[in-house]
Amino acid sequence: MKKELGIYVHIPFCVRKCDYCDFLSFPAGEEAKERYVQALIDEIKSVKAQMQDYEVPTIFLGGGTPSILRANQIRRIMDALAENFTVHKEAEISMEMNPGTYSPREMQELMQGIGLHPNRISIGLQSASNEELKGLGRIHTYEDFLETYRGLRAAGITNINVDLMSAIPGQTLKGWETTLEKIAALGPEHISAYSLIVEEGTPFAEKQLDLPDEDTERLIYERTGEILEQNDYQRYEISNYARPGYACRHNISYWKRENYLGLGLGSASLVENVRWNNTKDMEMYLANTKEPQSLRQDIEVLTDQEQMEEFMFLGLRMMEGIGVKAFQETFGDEIEDVYGEILEELYREGLLVKTNDRIALTGRGIDISNYVMAKFLF
Amino acid sequence: MNQDKIRNFCIIAHIDHGKSTLADRIIEKTGLLTEREMQSQVLDNMDLERERGITIKAQTVRTVYKARDGEEYVFNLIDTPGHVDFNYEVSRSLAACDGAILVVDAAQGIEAQTLANVYLALDHDLDVFPVINKIDLPSADPERVVEEIEDVIGIEAQDAPLISAKTGLNVEEVLEAIVAKIPAPKGDPDAPLKALIFDSVYDSYKGVIIFCRVKEGRVTRGTSIRMMATGAKVDVVEVGYFGAGQFIPCEELSAGMVGYITGSIKNVKDARVGDTVTNDERPCAEPLPGYKKVNPMVYCGLYPADGAKYPDLRDALEKLQLNDASLQYEPETSVALGFGFRCGFLGLLHLEIIQERLEREYNLDLVTTAPSVIYKVHKTNGELIELTNPSNLPDPSEIDYMEEPMVSAEIMVTTEFIGPIMTLCQERRGQYMSTEYIETTRALLRYHLPLNEIIYDFFDALKSRSRGYASFDYELIGYERSELVKLDILVNREEVDALSFIVFSGTAYERGRKMCEKLKEEIPRQLFEIPIQAAVGSKIIARETVKAMRKDVLAKCYGGDISRKRKLLEKQKEGKKRMRQVGNVEIPQKAFMSVLKLDED
Repeated sequence: MKKELGIYVHIPFCVRKCDYCDFLSFPAGEEAKERYVQALIDEIKSVKAQMQDYEVPTIFLGGGTPSILRANQIRRIMDALAENFTVHKEAEISMEMNPGTYSPREMQELMQGIGLHPNRISIGLQSASNEELKGLGRIHTYEDFLETYRGLRAAGITNINVDLMSAIPGQTLKGWETTLEKIAALGPEHISAYSLIVEEGTPFAEKQLDLPDEDTERLIYERTGEILEQNDYQRYEISNYARPGYACRHNISYWKRENYLGLGLGSASLVENVRWNNTKDMEMYLANTKEPQSLRQDIEVLTDQEQMEEFMFLGLRMMEGIGVKAFQETFGDEIEDVYGEILEELYREGLLVKTNDRIALTGRGIDISNYVMAKFLF
Repeated sequence: MNQDKIRNFCIIAHIDHGKSTLADRIIEKTGLLTEREMQSQVLDNMDLERERGITIKAQTVRTVYKARDGEEYVFNLIDTPGHVDFNYEVSRSLAACDGAILVVDAAQGIEAQTLANVYLALDHDLDVFPVINKIDLPSADPERVVEEIEDVIGIEAQDAPLISAKTGLNVEEVLEAIVAKIPAPKGDPDAPLKALIFDSVYDSYKGVIIFCRVKEGRVTRGTSIRMMATGAKVDVVEVGYFGAGQFIPCEELSAGMVGYITGSIKNVKDARVGDTVTNDERPCAEPLPGYKKVNPMVYCGLYPADGAKYPDLRDALEKLQLNDASLQYEPETSVALGFGFRCGFLGLLHLEIIQERLEREYNLDLVTTAPSVIYKVHKTNGELIELTNPSNLPDPSEIDYMEEPMVSAEIMVTTEFIGPIMTLCQERRGQYMSTEYIETTRALLRYHLPLNEIIYDFFDALKSRSRGYASFDYELIGYERSELVKLDILVNREEVDALSFIVFSGTAYERGRKMCEKLKEEIPRQLFEIPIQAAVGSKIIARETVKAMRKDVLAKCYGGDISRKRKLLEKQKEGKKRMRQVGNVEIPQKAFMSVLKLDED
């Protein structure tokens, strides 16, 4: 049997960069986008030789805004992946899409025909309040989102994620509840609910922001779980909720430290316990995609200790937590021998709980997950 | 060497008025040094000094100048430290000179420190001649500065060279003035040896190198010498003089000369600044006047952030003390901080320098406790305690009364800031003495202040309340009786001994409140709520609460970029490393020092 390798494809373009955004993304003209698509296809062809032993269970087109590319450009990327990799028949193929970027016609075009096409769409909505959207520097309205959502359903997409963001400027508890309820009523298969992080170097970092106070933020966060669970969404990861059977397989592979290959500018990879990132320099990327090795930077061969650390701090993001036996099978050491003391402390503090073979965060542990996870670093 | 052809002098100036730059130009123009050998500032060779723009350890250079009269003169330029903490060192360096160049910035004019140093020089009967520097600045006003020098200091300044040490403009005039205005040394070379130690450094090959000015007699290799105050005796191995950045051995040092002596002296404590070197077989009758053993004025606890580094800290302090006789330390234990040392310093700058050197040169991570002055505690049983560590204060019932050290301070300030500066001095319990107008826009304020009020952040407060214009100098004038109490800080109901300090009872409440507020900012949230209290005796006078840790932000996954997450967690973990466990609360290292800066609002 072949080994598995998820694929992430980065599209570093957007119409306008949002005021909070810290991702590798920028506006670009049609010509620049086409050059990039061509380069990406070259990179796919060039890595083929190195990846013959693998088959691909998941693909994720992220950004930026992948839907800034025309449908036929996405199709060409898909075709290149199909030609050069062994992609599972049942593969999960996710694509991020911003409201209002595709016309219903284009959505149809994207999904039709033989060959690979996205079967899971992640819509970057963030809020159902137009005022809040404006405050974030988003260029779409809630109505744009509804149109896109309906267009996707009409095009036959049966797996949709909606990204929501809490703790944003001007947000009240009521406002957040309204957003959640509206979306839950719409019934996407998956909802991601993150909180805003004001990152250095973004316009938000420069501004006086009217952010919800701590108590509101706390309530917002509690209500998220309650409302979504009432609506049949199950929390499977710190910030991700899904209807049964619709958890995002690609994201789970990150938490389980499965192999994944990043393609495109600035993308991250983990293959056989080696991590690297592609260059973030567009000129360099465009000039060298035929030699993918030369794009790779920050190459890190993970030590056993680093692998154990990751196993813990990534695995604990999932509500099912980590497996005691899986740890032993992966590293040959008993988890008790490596982390016994820390685990005891965290059980005692009520932040972790052990049930049979699994160790997972408690509700309180989820609240302060960074505190818990930092404990597992050597 | 003919005494007529020797000039021993120093340069005195306020910080930034260009002392080191002028010294460099003098060295350059006297031609002993090629351009290539010139470091940007030859005299300041410690990194730390360069960064701070001040000279800490005195250094000395001998150069040869061929004057316009065709004769060669030996210049011994004796460097002086430029900070009030090192006043005694300054006074000994001055005692080694026969004259001084006063450098005054053509735009800034006279500053408090300039005055203090000039008076010190005049006290040592030095001939002082002024030089007006930075005349190339657009804001230069040399005529006003000339008047100011004549009015305030009372020395002739009409023919002061107007120079730019930076560009080298008119520096030759300074060289000629040195020949003409600095008197040649006197002293009988055939009398018994009498030499003044004005500095010493420890060298791992040569042992202690004594910097001295020979006042009378002579010293050569093999002379048996004795330090008259410490009694240390040794046979001279080498004598020589100071090239720029190097020691140049010579046959003999005789009356009037400045140079160095080595023997096998193992500790700078044996060759203290101010002591007199004499010939053990033919001693002089009396030592030179003015020797005193300098005593620390400020004490604080130094603890390794990592308890296991205690022996490293001990070794590092031992090594630093080899070169710095004024640094004192003894082991102490703190409940909060474990094993460390109570260290004595000449002042807060000295403390900071030592702390930085320990951190940089010895790679130690330190926790510093609140600096304290020496209080005199008179007990009811008649016993007198000199208290350097607030934790050792006896029970109030055993105390009759306490005294604290006082300083006389001179603050030079432009008139528009007199109000705010007087307010500051009042807040710091200053007793107003006098105001003297230097000119219409500037005044000299005199205050008596408790030393304990100026060792924390007085200088910073002074600068911020005068937009940087005020300058400041002080000297110790003795002890005064005062109402003092010990302020304790309780974190999660446990007293943190390292945070206790002695405070004037009238300001205890205010101090306590501010400390609690500051600590609330510094102590990160933990799993449970933490009360922070200030107490005098058993009475709680202020309280703040650090709320329990609530929640972390729910972060997005950055397309599988795990390194971001790892960095975040590592930062969190690093933060924890720099914390001290007190009871079950973790207190960041910097909280111990930051509580001293309470004047920032």
